[in-house]
Amino acid sequence: MDEVHVAAPPRRSLGAWLLIAVPYFWLFLFFLAPFLIVFKISLSQTAIAIPPYVPTFDLAEGWQAFTDSLSEFSLENYVWLTEDALYWKSYVSSVSIAAVSTFLTLLIGYPIAYGMARSPQSWRPTLLMLVILPFWTSFLIRVYAWIGILKNEGLLNQLLLSLGLISEPLVILNTNLAVYIGIVYSYLPFLVLPLYASLERLDGTLLEAAEDLGCPSWKAFWKITVPLSLPGVIAGCFLVFIPAVGEFVIPDLLGGSDTLMIGKTLWVEFFNNRDWPVSSAVAVILLLILVIPIVLFQNQQQKMAEKEG
Amino acid sequence: MKVKSLLTGVAALSLLGGAAFAQDRTVNVYNWSDYIDESILEDFTKETGIKVVYDVFDSNEVLETKLLAGGTGYDVVVPTGTFLARQIQAGAFSELDKSKLTNMGNMWKDIEERVEKYDPGNAYSINYMWGTTGIGYNVGKVKEILGEDAPVDSWDLLFKPENVEKLKDCGVFMLDAPTEMIPAALNYLGLDPDSKDPAEIEKAGDLLKTIRPSIQKYHSSEYINALANGDICVAVGWSGDVLQARDRAAEADNGVTVEYAIPKEGAQMWFDQMAIPADAPNMEEAHEFLNYIMRPDVMAKASNYVYFANGNKASQELLNEDVIGDTAIYPDEETVSKLYTTTPYSPKVQRVVTRTWTAVKSGQ
Repeated sequence: MDEVHVAAPPRRSLGAWLLIAVPYFWLFLFFLAPFLIVFKISLSQTAIAIPPYVPTFDLAEGWQAFTDSLSEFSLENYVWLTEDALYWKSYVSSVSIAAVSTFLTLLIGYPIAYGMARSPQSWRPTLLMLVILPFWTSFLIRVYAWIGILKNEGLLNQLLLSLGLISEPLVILNTNLAVYIGIVYSYLPFLVLPLYASLERLDGTLLEAAEDLGCPSWKAFWKITVPLSLPGVIAGCFLVFIPAVGEFVIPDLLGGSDTLMIGKTLWVEFFNNRDWPVSSAVAVILLLILVIPIVLFQNQQQKMAEKEG
Repeated sequence: MKVKSLLTGVAALSLLGGAAFAQDRTVNVYNWSDYIDESILEDFTKETGIKVVYDVFDSNEVLETKLLAGGTGYDVVVPTGTFLARQIQAGAFSELDKSKLTNMGNMWKDIEERVEKYDPGNAYSINYMWGTTGIGYNVGKVKEILGEDAPVDSWDLLFKPENVEKLKDCGVFMLDAPTEMIPAALNYLGLDPDSKDPAEIEKAGDLLKTIRPSIQKYHSSEYINALANGDICVAVGWSGDVLQARDRAAEADNGVTVEYAIPKEGAQMWFDQMAIPADAPNMEEAHEFLNYIMRPDVMAKASNYVYFANGNKASQELLNEDVIGDTAIYPDEETVSKLYTTTPYSPKVQRVVTRTWTAVKSGQ
């Protein structure tokens, strides 16, 4: 925090403290505590037992047993992750699939959000409703439906064949292309909604002023609309990118056998290898990969905002 | 017969009386999906007054993860032999109280002996169903592509690159289960399918890698629909599942004929076993349920419904002809002699197996 601002800290009442305590308590309960448990397991070793790792803490065995088991912790699992190329390949491939999908989602989502924000006031609730409507059907079923559309004898191929556009059915299902389609389709509303919110609030008089001063509309769009909608773009992209990196269902159902994603690798570690410690280590690293850049980015943003202020 | 039905009638009456005293007797059963005739559960409740809470899973891995996390709340679960063995070792199950299992004598000694490998003395489990892992294929399309003498009764269909390459465009699926596919490859190479030698496992991996470009997908349940709809030509699959696809295709009358073959080189034989978790809340009811399942008429009803063979000798005379008479379900002596079983891998070898499998699937 900046020194100048700290000079006169506002006195907070008990009520205000309580109000702040609630979200912190929430974060502790649903983020920090589970994370610490996962982190603890990532330092353990597998065993054929219930639960399938050692050491486990049993308070009944007293303090000595507790400290003894602490010495059994090791970073072995993290070392293992660096030794096998599979893991970093999965991370890199997940991040790149998520990045490409996010970009495609933005490409499709921006015109949609823009169109919605520019539409007559009376249409907007209906359009908003249409964006939210798919959520009323289970995510799993919607992804499954794409199998029916994309498969060799699926709706898409039948349509293209009957139109004479192609002579051989396109192989889309079980490829990375199908994964992109699945992610873009599934996460589009997450991008459109925040983007729409920021575009709708955009002050129309700025565009009118630009036009009055002889600025062509494409330039006005580029100089005014795009920068002002940037917070919405960033929020929307994060909402797509972060869950897409860890996505499991879409690559499992639509992807091919060579679609390498960290969600699938983690599943294999957890269920097929029964290696809870290594899968926990994979999860901890995944979290770091996602959290660190975002924290850095936000710090950067804050600094920029303070400079401008 | 008459005496018997009278006796059951009396038994049912007295049990109904008993049920009035103990209203809330329940048994929580966790079984594979599509794996029982639901009327068996209703009949059980009618006879014993015990309410059945029935829940389903679709992979051994999911069941195992729940068992190893502990506190599942289930009273009866149905793992496959290899998984059962490891779970017994982990202390996941309670030993059966055989004094309560009076129908134990109905079980098939041959199957019990084979299960010894996983559950010595059959101390923790009873057999529910057993089957094989073989090849399901679309008869019309395979013959169209490979000719009338296509090697549909042999692993050559899959493991010979020149065959599988031709089938590629039509669609070939493989189970996403290394514990099924690596033994199959080992067996085809003339090695011990139960080999724990990393070098041999590697060899099996190499064989699987050479045909990988022709495999459209590795998945353990999608092939049922895909075969039935005629979307794919060949799938490595579990006997009963392929037969389900066969029946669905026949029902849909879509011109697709699906058949199941146990390859002549041999195939894996597996056993789904009913067991009671160590922390089961209703031990008494779980035993009553197992005992009921072991009744010949109940077991016959189950097999007639799901098209899997069961481990109950006494039930065989009550089976429909299209079950007991189908060699895809109850293979003949000669075929049985070629079936092999596998044992669980140690954690270290398991890692080699899974890593090999990931390499096969991802081509990395």
